[in-house]
Amino acid sequence: MPACTGTMKMSPLVLWFHKLGSPPYFYRLAGRFLPWLYAIALVTGAVGLYGGLVVAPADYQQGDSFRMIYVHVPCAWMSLFVYAFMAANSFVALVWRIKLSETLAMASAPVGAAFTFITLVSGSLWGKPMWGTWWTWDARLTSELVLLFLYLGVIGLYHAIEDARQAARAAAFLALIGVVNLPIVHYSVVWWNTLHQGQTVSLMGQSKMSSSMLWPLLTMAFATHVYFFASLLARSRAALLALESGKEWVRGIAQTQEAHAHG
Amino acid sequence: MKPGTTSAACTALLKRDLALTWRRRGDALNPLLFAIIVVALFPFALGPEAQILERIAAGTIFVAVLLASLLSLDSLFRSDLDDGSLEQLVLSPHPLSLLLACKIAIHWLTTAVPLIAAAPLLAMLLHLPDSVLPVLLAALALATPLLSLIGAICVALTVALRRSGMLLTLLVLPLIVPVLIFGAGACNAAQAGLPYAAPLLWLAAWLVLALVLAPLATAAALRISLT
Repeated sequence: MPACTGTMKMSPLVLWFHKLGSPPYFYRLAGRFLPWLYAIALVTGAVGLYGGLVVAPADYQQGDSFRMIYVHVPCAWMSLFVYAFMAANSFVALVWRIKLSETLAMASAPVGAAFTFITLVSGSLWGKPMWGTWWTWDARLTSELVLLFLYLGVIGLYHAIEDARQAARAAAFLALIGVVNLPIVHYSVVWWNTLHQGQTVSLMGQSKMSSSMLWPLLTMAFATHVYFFASLLARSRAALLALESGKEWVRGIAQTQEAHAHG
Repeated sequence: MKPGTTSAACTALLKRDLALTWRRRGDALNPLLFAIIVVALFPFALGPEAQILERIAAGTIFVAVLLASLLSLDSLFRSDLDDGSLEQLVLSPHPLSLLLACKIAIHWLTTAVPLIAAAPLLAMLLHLPDSVLPVLLAALALATPLLSLIGAICVALTVALRRSGMLLTLLVLPLIVPVLIFGAGACNAAQAGLPYAAPLLWLAAWLVLALVLAPLATAAALRISLT
């Protein structure tokens, strides 16, 4: 980003955006938001789970097994959302070399991988009673598995390179290649699947959900989003402290912490 | 050709890489040997019945070729990094992506072309029907450059690492799933008597796309790795 000339006036929003890119400012702001995000995620998650597991009626076809949807589907949405978030931050990190974007992209990768893993495991647990098998080479399942490998590749590359900033740039580049690749994988898997056999299973069927079943799902989706951002902020705060460990503001934080511990 | 021009630089690079491979021609045959061993293991595991082997022949050959070219990917930039000539390439005034495209082309010529040449032998070992063999060769001819091009991006990202073997596999495999699906899919379609032009055309389309974009991406990745 070009250096801002002192005489140029910036709108408050742009100024705020510039300030957000500064690690100490972000660290403080994230610290202020963090408890609220955790609280909102916990409350909405509890409400959504209660609504889904207790209040919502059992499905006429799948019985109580369908309640897996309240974990499975929000996590599946998140696995894609987090990848998109990571890729967007990777793009910003590579084009404008903003340190904070590198940190955000790398901090979101493990969370996304966890969501993808939960999606696969919960889908497998759901598949056993419904389809009679833990795993089927359905297009969606296979794409999700490839997505998990992409996440693991990004995480693996990030941890393999010693210099943190170079590692973040390399892994961000890989994340962007993955974005180009992901639609190709999805459509080729669909093609491959239909070559062998017709689509025998579709996750949601043609049934439209009734509102009594839908609201807990949407609540859970909201809760997982908020949880992701809470987890993201916590992780990036820790990563920023490690990255900037030689800087004045980190030393200041360390000294206040020490003073608290001894005082 | 005037010395100092980009085309002179590319020619010099092509000659140098060819000469280097020729001096270690034993190493260049390793991927070929590996593919033959992998294919030869399948009958031991599945039994010698011709029907079973015929059914899995195309897919097995594709996986064996894929693994063999994966194995050879690490050597793409390794020796150049060790003797410092990779940094000279990055610093040279000529477009890095073009120079890297030359390197990838030589790497493909020396590792993948022997594999394609050995494909009829592998096909015979697994009783692939003769009518499918041309489709297999066409699919391999389209798929192996794609593997080299996509693999080169991942190698460029991991080149500075000491032990990159497992990580490189993890990076490359998700990216080449479509190549495997369409390459083996074309052969399976031909074997089942179905039209097989569409998957081959898809492979060709991606190859054109990768030919343009992958050297650029490799150059960008290499610049990140070597800073």
